[in-house]
Amino acid sequence: MAFNSKDLLGIRELTVEDINTFLDTAESFKEVSARAIKKVPTLRGKTVINLFFEPSTRTRTSFEIAAKRLSADAINISASTSSLSKGESLIDTARNLEAMSPDAIVIRHPSPGVPHQLSGLLNASIINGGDGAHEHPTQALLDAFTIRGHKKRIEGLSVAIIGDIMHSRVARSNVHLLTKLGAHVRIAGPRTLIPPHYASIAGDSAGSLVVSNSVDDAIAGADVVMMLRIQRERMSDAYFPSLKEYSIQYGLTLPRLDLAERDCIVMHPGPVNRGVEISSEVVDSNRSLILDQVTNGVAVRMAILFLLVERQTRKPAQGEAQQ
Amino acid sequence: MKLIIKNGHVIDPSRGVDEVADLLVENGLISDQLKAGSTADADVFDASGLVVSPGFIDLHVHLREPGEEYKETIASGAKAAAAGGFTSICAMPNTHPVNDNASVTRYIIEKARDAGSARVYPVGAITRESKGAELAEMAEMKAAGAVAVSDDGRPVTNSQVMRHAMEYARDHNLVVVDHCECLDLSARGVMNEGRISTLLGLKGISSTAEESHVARDIMLAELTGARVHIAHISTRGSVALVRAAKAQNIPVTCEVTPHHLALTDAAVVGFDTNTKMNPPLRSDEDRAALIEAARDGTIDAIATDHAPHHSDEKMLEYDRAPFGVTGLETALGVVLTKLHYEHGIPLTRLIGLLTCGPARAFSLPGGTLAPGTPADITIFDPSREWIVDPQRFQSRSRNTPFTAWKLRGTVSATFVGGRKVFP
Repeated sequence: MAFNSKDLLGIRELTVEDINTFLDTAESFKEVSARAIKKVPTLRGKTVINLFFEPSTRTRTSFEIAAKRLSADAINISASTSSLSKGESLIDTARNLEAMSPDAIVIRHPSPGVPHQLSGLLNASIINGGDGAHEHPTQALLDAFTIRGHKKRIEGLSVAIIGDIMHSRVARSNVHLLTKLGAHVRIAGPRTLIPPHYASIAGDSAGSLVVSNSVDDAIAGADVVMMLRIQRERMSDAYFPSLKEYSIQYGLTLPRLDLAERDCIVMHPGPVNRGVEISSEVVDSNRSLILDQVTNGVAVRMAILFLLVERQTRKPAQGEAQQ
Repeated sequence: MKLIIKNGHVIDPSRGVDEVADLLVENGLISDQLKAGSTADADVFDASGLVVSPGFIDLHVHLREPGEEYKETIASGAKAAAAGGFTSICAMPNTHPVNDNASVTRYIIEKARDAGSARVYPVGAITRESKGAELAEMAEMKAAGAVAVSDDGRPVTNSQVMRHAMEYARDHNLVVVDHCECLDLSARGVMNEGRISTLLGLKGISSTAEESHVARDIMLAELTGARVHIAHISTRGSVALVRAAKAQNIPVTCEVTPHHLALTDAAVVGFDTNTKMNPPLRSDEDRAALIEAARDGTIDAIATDHAPHHSDEKMLEYDRAPFGVTGLETALGVVLTKLHYEHGIPLTRLIGLLTCGPARAFSLPGGTLAPGTPADITIFDPSREWIVDPQRFQSRSRNTPFTAWKLRGTVSATFVGGRKVFP
């Protein structure tokens, strides 16, 4: 099993084989986290930089633990985008990082495309840790890993993704991944938060993508329900009237969940707004896999780091080739 | 001083001329005819195999001076124009300070005279500082040399102010040029709203953001009788609105840019900020409608919206980079390659869109090879291939979406008032 690109920028560019390579590799790393000594020497001497231009606890910590369990040196950099010379900071940040010879850089940035813009400038493997509303490929991979772990398949499943679709990189990456693997994805939420062209983004994949007219329609008969975080500041942009109305109209409650398949699982990329997009009863129910997602995130990110950095090791670096 | 341009394929759509002929230039003017012996002491330019056209006119450029001379100056912009075959360019007022009074207008004209290259016609602001509230001193600016008024880039949102601007501009026979964009609808958008923006997670600018203002302006033009020019139309809907308005004899003209004719929003995949401009690159259907409108005469002019930016500013996150691309030095190649060679639009039509079309829209001199008029002449090789290399631009900026494109059509020489300004 091998992955043949320098970077992991998004799910859209991946083949089904690529996705399965990541998921299968993650299976073998999951066991490491269950050991008494949670460490393997696989990436000893390698350097992983977590470059986060946005606040993040979950993803950053997950990558840090993943790197450390692989014996890599993990460095966290919280950068600000608020400086006046933003252009200099992006390009110069890249050049400065390159000067320190990292093997992989995990980038989270509020602007779509930043990992893509930097990938051409850097020799290190770039891992997109979330770029604006564009993609969050590692989240989609860990979501798929979690679904596969419970359902033993992804092909043919009905997956409802509910909430702020417009601003969600998690939704976009999941749509690409799940439809590539043959799932049937239904999208629902306030129409203000679903871009008009959304139904067209899956392209000609094995699965399907439908924008539902209502949350109930989307959930009816679903095997998986994924709820998305709703952000308070959307109210000021007139996307919906109030959090109270949002929770009634679009939130996931136990009665609403009864519309789904009996063995339906519930997921959420976190952090959860209890009582807004999802009720506490659902979060704490045995159908919720929200904490499994977090656990699996470490294994999936170990697999991603391993496959990207190992690929670099397989072929000589540019400097060596010239000598 | 005499110049004879020999054996060129003379195309002058203003007079329906399309033939191989010699052209005599005398004392800076097109001469009425070649008289026996009149060429004895003339310089000769051999234009065999080349097209001889009235000098191109660009209704829409940003020269950045005064205020942002690190991006472009009036002199460097005028040189870039000459290199692109443009003998006249209209400078948008969004400089620092804004060209909203006669002293700035005069400054631009003096700088352009010093540069001694393409002619520069200032466009004055519609409102003071282009803030959309109080009218700028249009009559004073016109007396100083302004040819039209526009708050380009900062469209007048208040429709009553726009109505008054049109009424007042009509009194002074000034064309009102509008960058049509409803800023509420386009808020924070950075590219066309469509499938690609949805895929990329970039905030979209809907066609409606443009069309709602095109419709408003057409209705105000009908109400006020003012001449309105819609800048850089980019959508199928805008084309339909202008076409319908023209059918009703509402005094509306419009322009389109080479990049909207050549590219679609698919170019944004990859996040190259040189694909970011306003209005944004649109869909395939929009592009097809623009090409059709260029063919059928709905569009009056091809204008570049030449918008230089320093590379430091463009090397930013896509959603933070400034809007705009350069265009003066790629316009001819893009237009010939895409519209003539790919879409079969005749040279006469395309030259009309670069010469008499824009001249009529703003009532500018030029755009013709009529005897007795100033000898503004562009000579170009319509079939010569070249590769776009921004390092060779005369412009101070390099922000083109056409880097490394193979184009057909190069400028051989540009004359302004009979004087060679390029090469």
